[in-house]
Amino acid sequence: MIYLDLFLGFLHVGLFAFGGAYGAIPLIRDTVLSYGWLTDEALSYMIAVSESTPGPIMVNLATYVGSSQAGFPGAVLATLAVVLPSFVIILLVTATVTNLLKNRYMQAVLSGLKPCIIGIILATGVFMILNNALGLTKNFAYDGRSIFLTLLLGTIMFASKPVLKKQISPITLIIIAAFCGAFVYGI
Amino acid sequence: MLLDLFLTFMKIGFFTFGGGYAMISIIENNCVERKQWITHDEMMNVTVIAESTPGPIAINCATFVGYKQAGFPGAAAATFGIIVPSFAVIYIISMFLDHFLEITVITHAFQGIKIAVGILILKAGITMVKKMQKGTLSQMIMLCSFLAMLAINIFAWNFSSISLMLAAVIVSLFIFIAKDRQKQKGGAKR
Repeated sequence: MIYLDLFLGFLHVGLFAFGGAYGAIPLIRDTVLSYGWLTDEALSYMIAVSESTPGPIMVNLATYVGSSQAGFPGAVLATLAVVLPSFVIILLVTATVTNLLKNRYMQAVLSGLKPCIIGIILATGVFMILNNALGLTKNFAYDGRSIFLTLLLGTIMFASKPVLKKQISPITLIIIAAFCGAFVYGI
Repeated sequence: MLLDLFLTFMKIGFFTFGGGYAMISIIENNCVERKQWITHDEMMNVTVIAESTPGPIAINCATFVGYKQAGFPGAAAATFGIIVPSFAVIYIISMFLDHFLEITVITHAFQGIKIAVGILILKAGITMVKKMQKGTLSQMIMLCSFLAMLAINIFAWNFSSISLMLAAVIVSLFIFIAKDRQKQKGGAKR
């Protein structure tokens, strides 16, 4: 029964996918390979597509696998299954968390977790910027156009507040980046 | 209200490229600064909760904000809103998948977006640093996890961010308990 398989398979992915999309990729790989839904090659291609389309990679992959295995109903079912665990868990946590967060030990845990997550986020941002501009993981195969775009977009983002007295919104930056990318890499 | 939640998160969902951290900037901009649905502190808490529970950060944030605003229906509306764009885009792509990444204009535009995503993530981090409680311990933890994560990324070590978070929790709990003991001792002496 393909619908049940899709539902259970992606429920499993959604339930155990800790630590963001990239942490979840090994788990997704296990699941789709063991059910025979995708080959390794198709999976890496789909990861590339998911990275360039909006939305969490997990949701994108679930929609794709569902639709390729069982059409529109399959896509709906797989997508719902992958989202359901985090939805339910957050509901439970939110309903109980207000009291829990006031607990002294919980405060101590949070006072360690928050700066750690801030550090991780900063590191991810710095790494992505360096990697895009300088090609860190590609033996420094850097591209002058990427460095130019990095500087340009960075200036737009961080100078908009002092210069224009108005913070540019992230969505505007993404739209500018898409147009600049199409233009700069096109020539 | 439900429609507002749905539409706002649909907009957020449509512009979330490159995973959860980039979307923190977008959610902060929309839900904290414009709509004022949640405070910056709550945003920080939900980031922490999202990181320590399974599932994409985007989904976790949407569910949390929706629930805060309008209970269960709100949570459902926001979560549904954030899924719809990626569902629709992927469903359309899956119909003519083979040629999608071969369209050069799209590839070039995405190269540009990739650069913007890095900048947005850095921006989200900087905003959080500015609003972080100052203190030697938290600054040390931040610096250590920053350096560790950077090294993990650059050298492609097989070490998950979860272990890093676990280490931070253990260190801060340990120091908290140690301080607690000291205080009790100090109290007893007097």
